[in-house]
Amino acid sequence: MRERFIETTTDLLADDPRSALVLADISAASFTSAARRHPDRVLNVGIREQLMIGVAGGLALTGLRPIVHSYATFLVDRAYEQIKLDLDHQGVGAVLVSIGGSYDGSAAGRTHMSPGDVALFDTLGDWTVHVPGHPDEVAGLLRAAVGGDEPVYLRLSTQTNDAAYPGDGRIRVLRRGTAGAPLVLAVGPTLTATLAATAGMDVTVGYTHTPRPLDAAGVRELAGSAVVLVEPYLAGTSSAAVGRALRDVPHRLLALGVERTDLRRYGSPADHARWHGLDAAGLRRSISAFLG
Amino acid sequence: MTTSTTTARPTDRLERLLSRVTGDEKHGPSAHSTLDVLWVLYDRVLRVSPDTVDALDRDRFVLSKGHGPAAYYAVLAAKGFIPEEWLDDLAGRDSRLGHHPDRVLVPGVEIGSGSLGHGLGLAVGMLLGLRAQGLLTPRAYVLLGDAELDEGSNHEAIAYAGLTGLGNLTAIVIDNRSATHGWSAGATMPLSAGAPVPLSAGGHARSANSAGIAARFTVNGWTAVTVDGRDHDAIQAGLDRRQPDRPHVVVAEINTKG
Repeated sequence: MRERFIETTTDLLADDPRSALVLADISAASFTSAARRHPDRVLNVGIREQLMIGVAGGLALTGLRPIVHSYATFLVDRAYEQIKLDLDHQGVGAVLVSIGGSYDGSAAGRTHMSPGDVALFDTLGDWTVHVPGHPDEVAGLLRAAVGGDEPVYLRLSTQTNDAAYPGDGRIRVLRRGTAGAPLVLAVGPTLTATLAATAGMDVTVGYTHTPRPLDAAGVRELAGSAVVLVEPYLAGTSSAAVGRALRDVPHRLLALGVERTDLRRYGSPADHARWHGLDAAGLRRSISAFLG
Repeated sequence: MTTSTTTARPTDRLERLLSRVTGDEKHGPSAHSTLDVLWVLYDRVLRVSPDTVDALDRDRFVLSKGHGPAAYYAVLAAKGFIPEEWLDDLAGRDSRLGHHPDRVLVPGVEIGSGSLGHGLGLAVGMLLGLRAQGLLTPRAYVLLGDAELDEGSNHEAIAYAGLTGLGNLTAIVIDNRSATHGWSAGATMPLSAGAPVPLSAGGHARSANSAGIAARFTVNGWTAVTVDGRDHDAIQAGLDRRQPDRPHVVVAEINTKG
Protein backbone atom coordinates (compact mmCIF):
# COMPACT_ATOMS: atom_id res chain seq x y z
CA MET A 1 0.00 0.00 0.00
CA ARG A 2 2.84 2.36 0.84
CA GLU A 3 4.26 1.94 -2.65
CA ARG A 4 0.91 2.74 -4.23
CA PHE A 5 0.67 5.81 -2.07
CA ILE A 6 4.09 6.98 -3.16
CA GLU A 7 3.35 6.37 -6.85
CA THR A 8 -0.03 8.05 -6.73
CA THR A 9 1.14 11.02 -4.71
CA THR A 10 4.06 11.55 -7.07
CA ASP A 11 1.59 11.62 -9.98
CA LEU A 12 -0.78 13.95 -8.13
CA LEU A 13 2.00 16.41 -7.41
CA ALA A 14 2.73 16.53 -11.13
CA ASP A 15 -0.89 16.77 -12.23
CA ASP A 16 -2.49 18.98 -9.58
CA PRO A 17 -0.77 22.28 -8.71
CA ARG A 18 -3.02 22.56 -5.68
CA SER A 19 -1.52 19.44 -4.10
CA ALA A 20 1.35 19.60 -1.63
CA LEU A 21 3.11 16.95 0.43
CA VAL A 22 4.28 17.49 4.00
CA LEU A 23 6.59 14.95 5.60
CA ALA A 24 8.45 14.53 8.85
CA ASP A 25 11.34 12.49 7.48
CA ILE A 26 9.31 9.27 7.16
CA SER A 27 9.25 8.14 3.50
CA ALA A 28 11.17 11.26 2.46
CA ALA A 29 13.71 9.26 0.48
CA SER A 30 10.90 7.89 -1.67
CA PHE A 31 9.92 11.40 -2.70
CA THR A 32 13.37 12.67 -3.61
CA SER A 33 12.61 13.04 -7.30
CA ALA A 34 9.24 14.63 -6.60
CA ALA A 35 10.91 17.10 -4.26
CA ARG A 36 13.39 17.97 -6.98
CA ARG A 37 10.58 18.66 -9.45
CA HIS A 38 8.31 20.47 -6.99
CA PRO A 39 10.53 21.95 -4.31
CA ASP A 40 7.85 24.38 -3.14
CA ARG A 41 5.23 21.66 -2.73
CA VAL A 42 7.21 18.79 -1.23
CA LEU A 43 8.13 19.87 2.27
CA ASN A 44 10.07 17.73 4.68
CA VAL A 45 10.07 19.54 8.01
CA GLY A 46 12.32 17.01 9.73
CA ILE A 47 11.30 15.08 12.81
CA ARG A 48 8.82 17.75 13.85
CA GLU A 49 5.36 16.23 13.77
CA GLN A 50 3.59 19.11 15.49
CA LEU A 51 5.02 21.45 12.89
CA MET A 52 4.13 19.00 10.13
CA ILE A 53 0.44 19.43 10.89
CA GLY A 54 0.79 23.15 11.57
CA VAL A 55 2.41 23.67 8.19
CA ALA A 56 -0.33 21.62 6.58
CA GLY A 57 -2.91 23.85 8.24
CA GLY A 58 -1.14 26.94 6.95
CA LEU A 59 -0.94 25.52 3.44
CA ALA A 60 -4.64 24.73 3.51
CA LEU A 61 -5.40 28.26 4.70
CA THR A 62 -3.86 29.53 1.45
CA GLY A 63 -5.95 27.18 -0.68
CA LEU A 64 -3.53 24.31 -1.20
CA ARG A 65 -4.47 20.70 -0.60
CA PRO A 66 -1.90 19.20 1.76
CA ILE A 67 -1.15 15.50 1.90
CA VAL A 68 0.51 14.72 5.21
CA HIS A 69 2.27 11.45 5.84
CA SER A 70 4.01 9.58 8.63
CA TYR A 71 3.59 6.60 10.92
CA ALA A 72 0.19 6.64 12.56
CA THR A 73 1.65 6.95 16.02
CA PHE A 74 3.44 10.17 15.05
CA LEU A 75 0.95 11.54 12.55
CA VAL A 76 -2.13 11.09 14.73
CA ASP A 77 -1.26 10.19 18.30
CA ARG A 78 1.58 12.64 18.73
CA ALA A 79 0.10 15.49 16.73
CA TYR A 80 -3.49 15.07 17.89
CA GLU A 81 -3.85 18.59 19.24
CA GLN A 82 -2.50 20.04 16.02
CA ILE A 83 -5.03 17.99 14.04
CA LYS A 84 -7.75 19.25 16.35
CA LEU A 85 -6.71 22.91 16.28
CA ASP A 86 -4.51 23.57 13.24
CA LEU A 87 -6.92 21.79 10.90
CA ASP A 88 -10.31 21.19 12.47
CA HIS A 89 -10.64 24.42 14.44
CA GLN A 90 -9.30 26.50 11.58
CA GLY A 91 -12.02 25.06 9.38
CA VAL A 92 -9.65 23.58 6.82
CA GLY A 93 -9.00 20.06 5.63
CA ALA A 94 -6.05 17.92 4.67
CA VAL A 95 -5.41 14.36 3.61
CA LEU A 96 -3.54 12.55 6.36
CA VAL A 97 -1.97 9.30 5.20
CA SER A 98 -0.56 6.94 7.78
CA ILE A 99 1.39 3.75 7.72
CA GLY A 100 2.13 1.42 10.59
CA GLY A 101 -1.22 1.54 12.35
CA SER A 102 -2.11 -0.90 15.10
CA TYR A 103 0.63 -3.54 15.30
CA ASP A 104 2.11 -3.30 11.79
CA GLY A 105 5.31 -2.21 13.49
CA SER A 106 5.12 -4.84 16.21
CA ALA A 107 8.83 -5.58 16.13
CA ALA A 108 9.44 -1.95 17.05
CA GLY A 109 7.34 -2.23 20.18
CA ARG A 110 4.56 -0.20 21.72
CA THR A 111 6.10 3.17 20.88
CA HIS A 112 5.45 2.42 17.23
CA MET A 113 1.96 0.96 17.59
CA SER A 114 -1.20 2.97 17.09
CA PRO A 115 -4.42 1.06 17.59
CA GLY A 116 -6.32 4.15 18.75
CA ASP A 117 -5.92 6.42 15.74
CA VAL A 118 -9.35 5.96 14.20
CA ALA A 119 -10.99 6.38 17.60
CA LEU A 120 -9.21 9.72 17.95
CA PHE A 121 -10.77 10.94 14.71
CA ASP A 122 -14.16 10.14 16.21
CA THR A 123 -13.49 12.88 18.75
CA LEU A 124 -13.14 15.46 15.97
CA GLY A 125 -15.40 16.84 13.26
CA ASP A 126 -16.67 14.92 10.31
CA TRP A 127 -13.51 13.25 9.08
CA THR A 128 -13.73 10.69 6.34
CA VAL A 129 -11.69 7.63 7.28
CA HIS A 130 -10.50 5.16 4.66
CA VAL A 131 -8.94 1.86 5.69
CA PRO A 132 -8.08 0.08 2.46
CA GLY A 133 -7.72 -3.66 2.62
CA HIS A 134 -5.64 -4.11 -0.50
CA PRO A 135 -3.05 -2.05 -2.39
CA ASP A 136 -5.34 -1.81 -5.41
CA GLU A 137 -7.82 0.19 -3.35
CA VAL A 138 -5.33 2.90 -2.44
CA ALA A 139 -4.98 4.98 -5.60
CA GLY A 140 -8.69 5.59 -6.10
CA LEU A 141 -9.24 6.56 -2.50
CA LEU A 142 -6.25 8.90 -2.48
CA ARG A 143 -7.13 10.60 -5.75
CA ALA A 144 -10.70 11.21 -4.62
CA ALA A 145 -9.50 12.56 -1.30
CA VAL A 146 -6.99 14.96 -2.80
CA GLY A 147 -9.58 16.18 -5.28
CA GLY A 148 -11.79 17.46 -2.48
CA ASP A 149 -11.41 19.92 0.36
CA GLU A 150 -12.68 17.90 3.27
CA PRO A 151 -10.61 16.32 6.06
CA VAL A 152 -9.65 12.75 5.18
CA TYR A 153 -7.63 10.11 6.99
CA LEU A 154 -6.22 7.32 4.84
CA ARG A 155 -4.89 4.46 6.94
CA LEU A 156 -2.48 2.24 5.05
CA SER A 157 -1.31 -1.12 6.31
CA THR A 158 1.14 -3.88 5.64
CA GLN A 159 -1.75 -6.30 6.18
CA THR A 160 -3.74 -7.01 3.04
CA ASN A 161 -6.68 -9.06 1.88
CA ASP A 162 -6.44 -11.60 -0.92
CA ALA A 163 -8.51 -9.46 -3.27
CA ALA A 164 -9.29 -5.79 -3.75
CA TYR A 165 -12.76 -4.35 -3.51
CA PRO A 166 -12.56 -0.75 -4.64
CA GLY A 167 -15.74 1.22 -4.55
CA ASP A 168 -17.41 4.18 -2.98
CA GLY A 169 -17.34 2.93 0.59
CA ARG A 170 -20.78 1.39 0.69
CA ILE A 171 -20.83 -2.06 2.24
CA ARG A 172 -20.10 -4.76 -0.31
CA VAL A 173 -21.63 -8.17 0.36
CA LEU A 174 -19.10 -10.96 -0.06
CA ARG A 175 -21.25 -13.74 1.27
CA ARG A 176 -24.99 -13.60 1.89
CA GLY A 177 -26.70 -15.55 4.63
CA THR A 178 -30.32 -16.49 4.85
CA ALA A 179 -32.96 -13.88 5.62
CA GLY A 180 -32.32 -12.35 9.01
CA ALA A 181 -28.86 -13.85 9.30
CA PRO A 182 -26.35 -11.82 11.36
CA LEU A 183 -24.12 -9.34 9.59
CA VAL A 184 -20.38 -9.74 10.01
CA LEU A 185 -18.84 -6.49 8.85
CA ALA A 186 -15.11 -6.59 8.07
CA VAL A 187 -13.23 -3.31 7.82
CA GLY A 188 -10.10 -3.00 5.71
CA PRO A 189 -7.50 -5.76 5.90
CA THR A 190 -9.55 -7.97 8.22
CA LEU A 191 -11.66 -9.35 5.38
CA THR A 192 -9.68 -12.43 4.36
CA ALA A 193 -9.47 -13.67 7.93
CA THR A 194 -13.15 -12.89 8.46
CA LEU A 195 -14.20 -14.87 5.40
CA ALA A 196 -12.13 -17.81 6.57
CA ALA A 197 -13.46 -17.54 10.10
CA THR A 198 -17.11 -17.56 9.02
CA ALA A 199 -16.88 -20.37 6.48
CA GLY A 200 -19.96 -22.55 6.82
CA MET A 201 -21.77 -20.13 9.15
CA ASP A 202 -25.14 -18.71 8.26
CA VAL A 203 -24.05 -15.09 8.27
CA THR A 204 -23.85 -12.25 5.80
CA VAL A 205 -20.28 -11.05 5.38
CA GLY A 206 -19.92 -7.42 4.36
CA TYR A 207 -16.84 -5.35 3.65
CA THR A 208 -16.01 -1.67 3.71
CA HIS A 209 -12.83 0.32 3.35
CA THR A 210 -14.57 3.43 4.62
CA PRO A 211 -15.65 3.21 8.25
CA ARG A 212 -16.32 6.97 8.35
CA PRO A 213 -18.85 7.84 7.39
CA LEU A 214 -20.08 4.32 8.01
CA ASP A 215 -22.61 3.13 5.46
CA ALA A 216 -25.56 3.38 7.82
CA ALA A 217 -28.10 2.45 5.15
CA GLY A 218 -26.09 -0.66 4.36
CA VAL A 219 -25.91 -1.62 8.01
CA ARG A 220 -29.67 -1.19 8.36
CA GLU A 221 -30.34 -3.22 5.23
CA LEU A 222 -27.99 -6.07 6.04
CA ALA A 223 -28.13 -6.36 9.80
CA GLY A 224 -30.13 -9.34 10.89
CA SER A 225 -30.62 -10.09 14.53
CA ALA A 226 -27.01 -9.33 15.27
CA VAL A 227 -23.99 -7.46 14.00
CA VAL A 228 -20.35 -8.47 14.39
CA LEU A 229 -17.81 -5.75 13.74
CA VAL A 230 -14.29 -6.81 12.81
CA GLU A 231 -11.92 -3.85 12.78
CA PRO A 232 -8.14 -3.71 12.49
CA TYR A 233 -7.82 -1.03 15.17
CA LEU A 234 -9.18 -0.54 18.67
CA ALA A 235 -12.08 -2.91 19.39
CA GLY A 236 -15.39 -1.09 19.56
CA THR A 237 -14.29 1.95 17.57
CA SER A 238 -17.34 1.73 15.29
CA SER A 239 -19.80 0.50 17.88
CA ALA A 240 -21.35 3.93 18.26
CA ALA A 241 -21.73 4.29 14.50
CA VAL A 242 -23.51 0.94 14.30
CA GLY A 243 -25.64 1.95 17.26
CA ARG A 244 -26.68 5.13 15.48
CA ALA A 245 -27.48 3.22 12.31
CA LEU A 246 -29.67 0.78 14.23
CA ARG A 247 -30.96 3.21 16.84
CA ASP A 248 -34.55 2.02 16.44
CA VAL A 249 -33.79 -1.60 15.58
CA PRO A 250 -33.31 -4.17 18.34
CA HIS A 251 -29.96 -5.83 17.79
CA ARG A 252 -27.01 -7.51 19.42
CA LEU A 253 -23.49 -6.28 18.71
CA LEU A 254 -20.08 -7.88 19.07
CA ALA A 255 -17.17 -5.55 18.40
CA LEU A 256 -13.86 -7.24 17.64
CA GLY A 257 -10.57 -5.49 17.12
CA VAL A 258 -7.33 -4.70 18.86
CA GLU A 259 -7.57 -4.91 22.63
CA ARG A 260 -6.49 -2.01 24.82
CA THR A 261 -3.89 -3.87 26.79
CA ASP A 262 -0.25 -3.11 26.13
CA LEU A 263 0.96 -6.65 25.59
CA ARG A 264 4.59 -5.63 26.03
CA ARG A 265 5.54 -8.13 23.35
CA TYR A 266 7.36 -7.79 20.06
CA GLY A 267 6.95 -10.54 17.45
CA SER A 268 5.29 -10.30 14.06
CA PRO A 269 1.96 -8.73 13.05
CA ALA A 270 0.65 -12.27 12.63
CA ASP A 271 1.58 -12.99 16.24
CA HIS A 272 -0.29 -9.91 17.40
CA ALA A 273 -3.31 -10.79 15.28
CA ARG A 274 -3.40 -14.12 17.05
CA TRP A 275 -2.89 -12.58 20.49
CA HIS A 276 -5.72 -10.14 19.89
CA GLY A 277 -7.96 -12.88 18.49
CA LEU A 278 -8.02 -11.36 15.03
CA ASP A 279 -6.65 -14.34 13.12
CA ALA A 280 -9.19 -16.65 11.48
CA ALA A 281 -9.20 -19.12 14.37
CA GLY A 282 -9.61 -16.42 16.98
CA LEU A 283 -12.38 -14.69 15.06
CA ARG A 284 -14.22 -17.96 14.62
CA ARG A 285 -14.05 -18.66 18.33
CA SER A 286 -15.40 -15.23 19.23
CA ILE A 287 -18.11 -15.14 16.58
CA SER A 288 -19.28 -18.67 17.30
CA ALA A 289 -19.48 -17.98 21.02
CA PHE A 290 -21.44 -14.78 20.39
CA LEU A 291 -23.92 -16.23 17.91
CA GLY A 292 -24.29 -19.48 19.80
CA MET B 1 -4.58 47.80 0.77
CA THR B 2 -2.20 50.16 2.54
CA THR B 3 -3.28 51.28 5.96
CA SER B 4 -3.27 54.80 7.28
CA THR B 5 -0.13 56.72 8.11
CA THR B 6 -1.24 57.83 11.53
CA THR B 7 1.81 58.09 13.75
CA ALA B 8 0.28 58.39 17.18
CA ARG B 9 -1.79 55.83 18.99
CA PRO B 10 -5.23 57.27 19.56
CA THR B 11 -4.95 56.39 23.21
CA ASP B 12 -8.26 57.76 24.31
CA ARG B 13 -10.16 55.96 21.60
CA LEU B 14 -8.41 52.66 22.14
CA GLU B 15 -8.90 52.90 25.87
CA ARG B 16 -12.56 53.64 25.27
CA LEU B 17 -12.84 50.64 23.00
CA LEU B 18 -10.98 48.46 25.48
CA SER B 19 -13.33 49.56 28.19
CA ARG B 20 -16.21 48.24 26.17
CA VAL B 21 -14.76 44.76 26.28
CA THR B 22 -16.49 43.73 29.43
CA GLY B 23 -17.26 40.39 31.00
CA ASP B 24 -15.08 37.90 32.75
CA GLU B 25 -11.90 38.66 30.84
CA LYS B 26 -9.26 36.97 32.90
CA HIS B 27 -6.29 37.98 30.77
CA GLY B 28 -6.55 41.75 31.13
CA PRO B 29 -2.86 42.49 31.73
CA SER B 30 -2.02 40.28 28.80
CA ALA B 31 -4.31 42.34 26.62
CA HIS B 32 -2.64 45.57 27.63
CA SER B 33 0.84 44.19 27.05
CA THR B 34 0.08 43.69 23.38
CA LEU B 35 -1.79 46.90 22.72
CA ASP B 36 1.05 49.04 21.42
CA VAL B 37 2.53 46.36 19.17
CA LEU B 38 -0.90 45.62 17.75
CA TRP B 39 -1.54 49.26 17.04
CA VAL B 40 1.77 49.76 15.27
CA LEU B 41 1.19 46.67 13.17
CA TYR B 42 -2.32 47.61 12.10
CA ASP B 43 -1.66 51.34 11.80
CA ARG B 44 1.73 51.37 10.13
CA VAL B 45 2.78 47.98 8.84
CA LEU B 46 0.17 45.46 7.76
CA ARG B 47 -1.04 45.53 4.18
CA VAL B 48 -4.56 44.42 4.96
CA SER B 49 -7.84 46.24 5.38
CA PRO B 50 -11.46 45.30 6.03
CA ASP B 51 -11.91 45.14 2.26
CA THR B 52 -9.03 42.73 1.69
CA VAL B 53 -9.41 40.19 4.47
CA ASP B 54 -9.93 37.47 1.87
CA ALA B 55 -7.34 38.66 -0.67
CA LEU B 56 -4.76 35.94 -1.23
CA ASP B 57 -1.90 38.45 -1.37
CA ARG B 58 -2.74 40.21 1.89
CA ASP B 59 -0.37 40.35 4.81
CA ARG B 60 -1.24 37.98 7.64
CA PHE B 61 -1.29 38.88 11.29
CA VAL B 62 -1.34 35.77 13.47
CA LEU B 63 -2.14 36.13 17.15
CA SER B 64 -0.47 33.00 18.43
CA LYS B 65 -0.70 34.25 22.00
CA GLY B 66 -4.46 34.00 21.93
CA HIS B 67 -4.79 35.03 25.54
CA GLY B 68 -5.99 38.51 26.29
CA PRO B 69 -7.49 39.38 22.93
CA ALA B 70 -9.26 42.48 24.25
CA ALA B 71 -6.58 44.71 22.75
CA TYR B 72 -6.76 42.77 19.50
CA TYR B 73 -10.51 43.22 19.33
CA ALA B 74 -10.20 46.90 20.18
CA VAL B 75 -7.66 47.45 17.39
CA LEU B 76 -9.79 45.47 14.92
CA ALA B 77 -12.74 47.66 15.85
CA ALA B 78 -10.69 50.84 15.58
CA LYS B 79 -9.60 49.82 12.09
CA GLY B 80 -13.07 48.87 10.97
CA PHE B 81 -12.71 45.09 10.75
CA ILE B 82 -15.50 44.53 13.26
CA PRO B 83 -18.30 46.74 14.56
CA GLU B 84 -17.55 48.48 17.83
CA GLU B 85 -20.82 47.11 19.20
CA TRP B 86 -19.35 43.62 19.21
CA LEU B 87 -17.04 44.69 22.00
CA ASP B 88 -19.88 45.04 24.45
CA ASP B 89 -20.63 41.34 24.79
CA LEU B 90 -17.33 39.53 25.19
CA ALA B 91 -17.93 35.80 25.48
CA GLY B 92 -21.66 36.33 25.65
CA ARG B 93 -24.08 33.69 24.51
CA ASP B 94 -24.39 35.15 21.02
CA SER B 95 -21.06 36.94 20.89
CA ARG B 96 -18.55 36.44 18.11
CA LEU B 97 -15.78 37.55 20.45
CA GLY B 98 -14.51 35.13 23.05
CA HIS B 99 -11.65 35.01 25.49
CA HIS B 100 -9.72 33.43 22.66
CA PRO B 101 -10.41 34.50 19.07
CA ASP B 102 -12.03 32.28 16.43
CA ARG B 103 -11.15 33.00 12.80
CA VAL B 104 -14.45 31.61 11.60
CA LEU B 105 -16.38 34.10 13.72
CA VAL B 106 -14.31 37.28 13.43
CA PRO B 107 -13.52 38.99 10.12
CA GLY B 108 -9.82 39.67 9.75
CA VAL B 109 -8.74 37.10 12.31
CA GLU B 110 -6.35 34.71 10.59
CA ILE B 111 -6.33 31.84 13.06
CA GLY B 112 -8.36 30.59 15.96
CA SER B 113 -5.94 30.54 18.88
CA GLY B 114 -5.80 30.17 22.63
CA SER B 115 -3.91 26.96 23.15
CA LEU B 116 -0.34 28.22 23.07
CA GLY B 117 2.24 27.23 20.52
CA HIS B 118 0.22 26.99 17.32
CA GLY B 119 0.55 30.31 15.52
CA LEU B 120 4.12 30.13 14.35
CA GLY B 121 3.74 26.75 12.67
CA LEU B 122 0.56 27.86 10.95
CA ALA B 123 2.22 31.04 9.73
CA VAL B 124 5.17 29.11 8.35
CA GLY B 125 2.69 26.96 6.44
CA MET B 126 0.85 30.02 5.16
CA LEU B 127 4.01 31.58 3.77
CA LEU B 128 5.15 28.32 2.22
CA GLY B 129 1.71 27.93 0.67
CA LEU B 130 1.85 31.43 -0.78
CA ARG B 131 5.37 30.85 -2.03
CA ALA B 132 4.23 27.68 -3.78
CA GLN B 133 1.66 29.80 -5.57
CA GLY B 134 4.24 32.36 -6.65
CA LEU B 135 3.26 34.96 -4.06
CA LEU B 136 6.43 36.23 -2.46
CA THR B 137 5.38 39.66 -1.28
CA PRO B 138 2.79 38.91 1.41
CA ARG B 139 4.26 38.95 4.88
CA ALA B 140 3.26 37.22 8.08
CA TYR B 141 3.60 38.73 11.54
CA VAL B 142 3.17 36.38 14.48
CA LEU B 143 2.61 37.69 18.00
CA LEU B 144 3.83 35.42 20.78
CA GLY B 145 4.38 35.72 24.50
CA ASP B 146 7.65 34.99 26.24
CA ALA B 147 5.97 32.29 28.34
CA GLU B 148 4.47 30.82 25.20
CA LEU B 149 7.97 30.06 24.02
CA ASP B 150 8.02 27.30 26.63
CA GLU B 151 5.89 25.29 24.19
CA GLY B 152 8.14 22.96 22.24
CA SER B 153 6.05 23.34 19.11
CA ASN B 154 7.37 26.88 18.77
CA HIS B 155 10.90 25.62 18.59
CA GLU B 156 10.00 23.20 15.83
CA ALA B 157 8.74 26.18 13.85
CA ILE B 158 11.63 28.47 14.77
CA ALA B 159 14.18 25.93 13.60
CA TYR B 160 12.42 25.11 10.35
CA ALA B 161 11.67 28.74 9.48
CA GLY B 162 15.33 29.55 9.87
CA LEU B 163 16.31 26.68 7.60
CA THR B 164 13.85 27.72 4.91
CA GLY B 165 14.97 31.35 4.93
CA LEU B 166 11.49 32.79 5.23
CA GLY B 167 12.39 36.45 4.97
CA ASN B 168 8.75 37.50 4.99
CA LEU B 169 8.16 36.00 8.42
CA THR B 170 8.41 38.20 11.48
CA ALA B 171 7.75 37.07 15.02
CA ILE B 172 7.07 39.56 17.76
CA VAL B 173 7.63 38.25 21.26
CA ILE B 174 6.03 40.24 24.04
CA ASP B 175 8.58 39.92 26.83
CA ASN B 176 6.91 40.73 30.10
CA ARG B 177 8.92 38.04 31.87
CA SER B 178 5.97 35.73 32.29
CA ALA B 179 7.85 32.51 31.62
CA THR B 180 8.13 30.61 34.88
CA HIS B 181 11.80 29.84 34.48
CA GLY B 182 12.77 32.84 32.37
CA TRP B 183 15.09 32.73 29.40
CA SER B 184 18.83 32.57 29.49
CA ALA B 185 21.17 33.28 26.63
CA GLY B 186 23.74 30.94 28.10
CA ALA B 187 26.88 31.29 30.11
CA THR B 188 28.10 34.26 28.11
CA MET B 189 25.01 36.28 28.94
CA PRO B 190 24.27 35.96 32.67
CA LEU B 191 20.66 36.30 33.77
CA SER B 192 21.67 38.74 36.47
CA ALA B 193 23.08 41.26 34.06
CA GLY B 194 21.42 44.61 34.27
CA ALA B 195 23.42 46.25 31.56
CA PRO B 196 22.53 46.06 27.89
CA VAL B 197 23.33 42.66 26.45
CA PRO B 198 24.72 42.40 22.94
CA LEU B 199 22.74 40.45 20.37
CA SER B 200 24.34 38.51 17.58
CA ALA B 201 22.44 40.49 14.98
CA GLY B 202 23.43 43.83 16.42
CA GLY B 203 21.56 46.09 18.79
CA HIS B 204 21.11 45.54 22.47
CA ALA B 205 18.68 43.89 24.78
CA ARG B 206 17.78 45.79 27.88
CA SER B 207 17.51 42.60 29.89
CA ALA B 208 19.20 39.24 29.95
CA ASN B 209 15.76 37.67 29.57
CA SER B 210 15.21 39.39 26.24
CA ALA B 211 18.70 38.42 25.16
CA GLY B 212 17.89 34.85 26.02
CA ILE B 213 14.73 34.96 23.96
CA ALA B 214 16.54 36.48 21.00
CA ALA B 215 19.24 33.84 21.25
CA ARG B 216 16.64 31.09 20.73
CA PHE B 217 15.92 32.62 17.35
CA THR B 218 19.34 33.76 16.21
CA VAL B 219 20.88 30.36 16.81
CA ASN B 220 18.39 29.10 14.23
CA GLY B 221 19.29 31.67 11.60
CA TRP B 222 16.87 34.47 12.46
CA THR B 223 17.77 38.10 12.85
CA ALA B 224 16.71 39.64 16.14
CA VAL B 225 16.20 43.01 17.71
CA THR B 226 14.94 44.06 21.11
CA VAL B 227 12.77 47.13 21.54
CA ASP B 228 10.73 48.96 24.11
CA GLY B 229 7.30 47.42 23.63
CA ARG B 230 5.60 50.72 24.47
CA ASP B 231 7.60 52.89 22.05
CA HIS B 232 5.80 52.99 18.73
CA ASP B 233 8.68 54.33 16.71
CA ALA B 234 11.03 51.77 18.22
CA ILE B 235 8.59 48.96 17.47
CA GLN B 236 8.29 50.07 13.87
CA ALA B 237 12.04 50.44 13.53
CA GLY B 238 12.49 46.96 14.93
CA LEU B 239 10.00 45.53 12.47
CA ASP B 240 11.72 47.34 9.62
CA ARG B 241 15.05 45.71 10.37
CA ARG B 242 14.06 42.40 8.82
CA GLN B 243 16.25 41.05 6.03
CA PRO B 244 14.95 39.57 2.80
CA ASP B 245 16.37 36.09 3.22
CA ARG B 246 16.00 35.39 6.93
CA PRO B 247 13.09 35.38 9.34
CA HIS B 248 13.14 38.13 11.90
CA VAL B 249 12.11 38.45 15.52
CA VAL B 250 11.33 41.58 17.48
CA VAL B 251 11.48 41.10 21.23
CA ALA B 252 9.19 43.76 22.67
CA GLU B 253 9.97 44.38 26.30
CA ILE B 254 7.03 45.24 28.52
CA ASN B 255 7.39 46.07 32.16
CA THR B 256 3.97 44.96 33.37
CA LYS B 257 3.66 41.24 33.91
CA GLY B 258 0.64 39.76 32.22
